[in-house]
Order: sequence, then C-alpha cells, then structure tokens
Amino acid sequence: MSNLILIIVGAALINNVVLSQFLGICSFLGVSRDMKASASLGGAVIFVMTIASAVASLLYTYVLAPLGMDFMKTIVFILVIAALVQIVEMFLKKTSPAMYKALGIFLPLITTNCAVLGVALTNVQDGYNFIESVLSGFGTAVGYTLAIVVLASIRSRINEEDIPAPLRGAPIVLIAAALMSIAFMGFSGLSF
Amino acid sequence: MQIIIITTVVITVIGICVGAGLVFTNKKFYVEVDERESAVREVLPGNNCGACGYAGCDAMAAAIAAGDAPVNGCPVGGTAVAEKIGEIMGVSADAVERKVAFVRCKGNCEVTHNQGNYIGVKDCRTAALSGMYVSDCDYGCLGFGSCVNVCPQQAIRVVDGVAIVDPSKCIACGLCVKTCPRGLIELVPEKNQVRVQCSNKDKGPQVKKVCSAGCIGCSLCVRQCEAGAITVENNLAHVNYEACTQCGKCVSKCPAKVITSPVQKEEVSA
Repeated sequence: MSNLILIIVGAALINNVVLSQFLGICSFLGVSRDMKASASLGGAVIFVMTIASAVASLLYTYVLAPLGMDFMKTIVFILVIAALVQIVEMFLKKTSPAMYKALGIFLPLITTNCAVLGVALTNVQDGYNFIESVLSGFGTAVGYTLAIVVLASIRSRINEEDIPAPLRGAPIVLIAAALMSIAFMGFSGLSF
Repeated sequence: MQIIIITTVVITVIGICVGAGLVFTNKKFYVEVDERESAVREVLPGNNCGACGYAGCDAMAAAIAAGDAPVNGCPVGGTAVAEKIGEIMGVSADAVERKVAFVRCKGNCEVTHNQGNYIGVKDCRTAALSGMYVSDCDYGCLGFGSCVNVCPQQAIRVVDGVAIVDPSKCIACGLCVKTCPRGLIELVPEKNQVRVQCSNKDKGPQVKKVCSAGCIGCSLCVRQCEAGAITVENNLAHVNYEACTQCGKCVSKCPAKVITSPVQKEEVSA
C-alpha cells in the first residue's frame, strides 16, 4: 500500500513531469496565461492521462510484450491514445455536455501532448503493473496540474508588477518556470 | 522475417479496431448540432487566429449560430464572409451595421502646419511624446502615419499630411483607433456620411489661428439640424449617428466646412 502512495507522490512531486522531466512544456507555457483555463486543462490532463495509462498498460502487457513487439510501443501508444481521446470526447459530448464544455478545446489539444505519451512509455520502462501504471498516470497528471496552476498564479502576479522592458512577456515566464523547477528539485531529496 | 509479419498484422488489426471503434462511437454518441453551426464553420476562414475574441473558428461558429456573435464578427473574412454567413443565418449583412474607421481631422498642409519643426523618428506616437513643437493644432493629425503602419488591410494613406481611410478596404478592426496618440480615429457606421472632421476642443479664435478648416464651435449646425442630432461640447460639434437623418443641411451651413458629406470618397480616389 505504501508502495502505491509512493508512486503517486513520486510522480506528482519528485519526478514532476513538467519541472523535472521537461515534458508538456508547450501547453505549460501556452495555457498558463489564465488561471481558469489552466485549471480546466489540468482537469483534462488528469482525465486523459489516467485512462491512457490504463489502456497503454493493458495493451503492452497482453499484446505487445507477449508478441515481442516491444519496439513498436511508441507508435502503438500514439495511435491508441489519440483514438482513445477522440472516443472519450464523443462520449462526453453526448453524456455530459457540462463536462464537455468545461474541458472544451483542451481535450483534443492534449491528444498529442508529449506528456501523455511520455507517461505511458515511462510506465513500461519502469516495469509497472496495471494498478501501478494507473496510479503513476494519475500522479503525473496531478503534478502537471499543480505546476501549471502555480505558474498561472505566478503569471497573474507578474502581470501587475513593473517588469524591466526587455524581460516582459515570454522571458520573465521562462525565468519564473526555471525558479519553480529549482524549487521542485528540493523534492528529489525526499527519501522514504 | 516472422517478426515483421507479426508486427504488420498486429498493427493493422489494432488500426482497424481503433477505426471501427471511432466509427461506432461517432454513430452511437452522435450529437445533433445546429445545422447552421456547421454551415457557418464551413464559411469561416478556419485559421483559428482568435481575432474575433473567441477560442477559434469552431467557437466563433457556435457563437454565431447561437446568436451571441454578429455575422460580421470575423475580421479576417471581412465583408465577403459576413455576407455568406448572413445568408446562412437569414440576416442580410446590411442589417448589421458595417462600421469603418474615420479620421476626425481635416488639417492638411494647405490649412495648417502639422509637422512643425519636429526632427526624429517618423512616428506619430514618438512625436507626440517628444514634447517638441510638432504641430500648430494640439488636436490634429500628425501625418507620420502610425495608423498606416498598423493597418492590416492597407486601408489608410496619408494624403497632404492627413491620414485618410479608404472605407472599402477598412474592416473596422480598431487597431488604428488604439494607435493614434491623439485619439483622432473612431469607428463610425459606414452609412452615416455626415461626420465632424475635426477634434479641436479649443475656442473659436484659437482654432482659427492654427487651422482654417477647424470646428470653431459656432453652433450654426445645431440650429440647422431638424433632428436634433448635433450637439456642441467643449467647442466641438458632435453628430449623434443614430439620430442623424443625413439631410445635409449642416454640411452646407458649416462656415469652416468641417462637416463631411460623401465628398470624402472623392478625396480618397484622387
């Protein structure tokens, strides 16, 4: 049990997908302009990443590994995750329009997010079983949401500050992200 | 060799399964969308620039179909797209008031000096901030053409030291309105040809000293107007575009000839 909690904490904080593995930087910088949008994106990522990890894990354990098709995992994962997100999107549109509206354009957007694919591949690499994969996917997504929401709140503060002209816009955001990354490095000292 | 065959077969099977799954889900969970929404989406340019203020062309199409956005809300497509969307929505594009940018200054080189002795970057904003003596009139067009540079449609030209908007090219994006350091440009309904082409808020004698084509706030136009559409505030005449009947009486009476009638079009083509 403690092992499973460790996986979540490790994925969310210690190996934070954005700040220590540098995956999903594009959406991290692109969508963090607005607190509400980044929270919605975070929600969508949690949703997609958890499901994608589960499906990828099942597919790998029962199809790819027994057939010795380990080398094809990247391509198969891309294919399956993309289709999966599309199906989930249609499903949500029909059954829960409110949720579809909340996640909005972010669902198709994260179909091709490298963080989602990255988690599926890391799970395989770390030899996680099904439950561990799902938890790892969930933890990673929570870490992503944490990072993007924190950056969004930092950016809303930055907007009100008197930033030197050459640093305005993207440069100050990158500096803020870098400082966050250094702060998260502190978690790597955690040992259980 | 065997592994290649296995891989090909497995990937093909996965691909077919995924494709079938998508088709099935699409049929099973098909949601009725407003027919007009997809029709409007077809007409929109589809480059998802977001200039309309919505997240993309899809969001814009949904907003138009729901009646939340005007049919001419797409600044990229301009009039052509607005007309097509108007057809789909059953609203004629004319019903939606088309606006154009209008420069409220007539002070060209003949009637005033508008570039003073300013030497520096040829940019209105820089000139306005320089604190140097730039123009006789403190309200008039500087003629360096900052609005020309921001206009995405090349609809503005500086003729004789005054910026002039070509209404046929203008898409009313409002960029020039924000750029002009003297706030001379405003968006006005295109059909309203009666406009006051001056922004000088000084008293009459002071205006006369700097420009022979400026509004002196004499209120002759106010008395002429039967619709009560003209008011004079801060020594400057204003036309209420909603009330104006475009009778043109004020135009002929104005001693400074500062109220425009369709004459402006000729100036542009000249």
